[in-house]
Amino acid sequence: MSTGDSTLMRPRLLGRATVNVVVALSVLYTLLPVLWLVLAAGKNRDALFSSNFLSLGDFSFVQNLRDLFAMDDGLYSRWYGNSLLYAVLGAGIGALVSVACGYAFDKFSFPHKEKLFGLVLAAVMVPQTVLALPLYLMASEAGLVNTFWAVFIPVLFNPFGVYLGRIFSQGYVPDEVLEAARVDGAGELTTYVRVALRMLGPGLVTVFLFQLTAIWNNFFLPMVMLSDQDLYPVSLGLYQWNSSASVSPEYYPVVIMGSLLAVIPLILAFALLQRFWRSGLTAGSVK
Amino acid sequence: MTATTQAQHTVPATASRTAAPASALRARKAARRRQLAACAVLMAPFFALLVTIFLIPVGTAIYLSFFSDDQPGLGFGPERTIFVGLRSYAALLTDPTFLSGLGTVALYCLIYIPLMVIGALALALLLDSGVVRLRAWAQLALFLPHAVPGIIAALIWLYLYTPGISPVIDLFAKADITIDFLGIHTVLPSIVNIALWSNLGYNMVVFYAALQAVPREVIEASVVDGAGPVRTALQVKTPLVRTSIVMVAIFTLIWALQLFTEPMLLSQSSPMINSRFSPSMYIYDAAFTRNNYSLAAAASVVLLVCTIALSYGVTRWTSRANTPEETAR
Repeated sequence: MSTGDSTLMRPRLLGRATVNVVVALSVLYTLLPVLWLVLAAGKNRDALFSSNFLSLGDFSFVQNLRDLFAMDDGLYSRWYGNSLLYAVLGAGIGALVSVACGYAFDKFSFPHKEKLFGLVLAAVMVPQTVLALPLYLMASEAGLVNTFWAVFIPVLFNPFGVYLGRIFSQGYVPDEVLEAARVDGAGELTTYVRVALRMLGPGLVTVFLFQLTAIWNNFFLPMVMLSDQDLYPVSLGLYQWNSSASVSPEYYPVVIMGSLLAVIPLILAFALLQRFWRSGLTAGSVK
Repeated sequence: MTATTQAQHTVPATASRTAAPASALRARKAARRRQLAACAVLMAPFFALLVTIFLIPVGTAIYLSFFSDDQPGLGFGPERTIFVGLRSYAALLTDPTFLSGLGTVALYCLIYIPLMVIGALALALLLDSGVVRLRAWAQLALFLPHAVPGIIAALIWLYLYTPGISPVIDLFAKADITIDFLGIHTVLPSIVNIALWSNLGYNMVVFYAALQAVPREVIEASVVDGAGPVRTALQVKTPLVRTSIVMVAIFTLIWALQLFTEPMLLSQSSPMINSRFSPSMYIYDAAFTRNNYSLAAAASVVLLVCTIALSYGVTRWTSRANTPEETAR
């Protein structure tokens, strides 16, 4: 292995080829299932079950799309709207709350600060499934079960965002800026809103994106809290339709098309906000 | 109260340094109080959530696990609940379905976590070696499954595991191989595959970002010393990104222990997955199908304790494993 130095060209070339083949195979592994989803979304029910999968004969993409939005009186668009509302609003508010707290952890000193921060980190470790039953019982006491709030309030809680917020605050907001603002007589909160928050922008976007993904993926909590189909997010709705598909196969093309559409928002978000989340990953891991 | 003692503690120090008059001292105290007030305002929303979404539920779960309701399903009014001590835990730990769920998740972790960490690290090292063509595109393609929600990843793979729909099974059939991806021995590897597919690229990007932060001089030095690319990758770069390795391992572990979405979806199509396949599914089944809240709470507490103990164990184990290496260098 260690003999592969620059004078021996042959093993070098061979090594290069092997590396590229391994990476190419991995890329195929990650891409092909998504490609299958795209192709399958264009198939009608019979073509889906035919062995000749790659034939582009009966192309019924538009028909499937129409069926999807017509199925069960347009329930899918309802779910899609719910998911967008839970995810975008929840991630927006959640990111603001977490980053504000992380900033406060970084810039202010008070007794037992590190112990309190330890509690925040401990919260990162707790599995969601552990909290589900107590949250359900609390929501039912408060009369919130099967309402928008039963799903929306718990998803705002993002302890990892506080951790990231603290690191971003250390990196992006120099203490001198705050000192200068204090000398100028600006209030602490005004300084946060007008000065620090602007510098924290990229960090805020990163936390937002992480939380957006988490909420869009959320499945367990809505399943526990919601029984009214009109409140379902896409994930739970597709789960339910898929369980109907084994009995009535007309659901198959609709579930596949619905899955394809449900993937698009996150891909868009990751593509548009690429430079932000990359910096977030570094902050979270190198530290 | 403690905040003001701290303020008194720091103010005289700064005051004596600048030799300020009493009025300035008072102004400093006021500034300190304003700072603490601002700090409280910034932290209040998050800690309100922490208390309602985390502390109270954990407390409730522990409480519920020690109490039982004579008429389960009617809430937990204090009049009707009775203290049962460890009875729920005894019932839980002698329930073979729960123990087999724990065993399933343990096996799942043993297969999944090493595959994930080694696979993602290997890919990141390959991409970092600088010989990969179209590196940015390869990274994007590998990362793509992270943008696919867990339930949809499970759906895609469920279809790829389903005879009749799956082109994979058709391909194998052409080579006269019949594979049942949802059979008794294959269902767990099939679930591992879904999780691996979803998260490999994400963790690869985490490792890659950490590798990019390794100082170039260190790598040049090892090349000058005559180390080949493989040796540089394994003995120079890998130890330098161990913080990321530990972090990825812990997060993967925490997620793996919660195993729920994938088996829940596959259970719609595979008789090999029962409703108590994993501890999380057991909790769901106990709480919302059987309405046995104290049993579900006890299972929650056991899962929580396992998670914390294992995360702590991984942290301790890795920090100990690293010490001899550090002294050697």
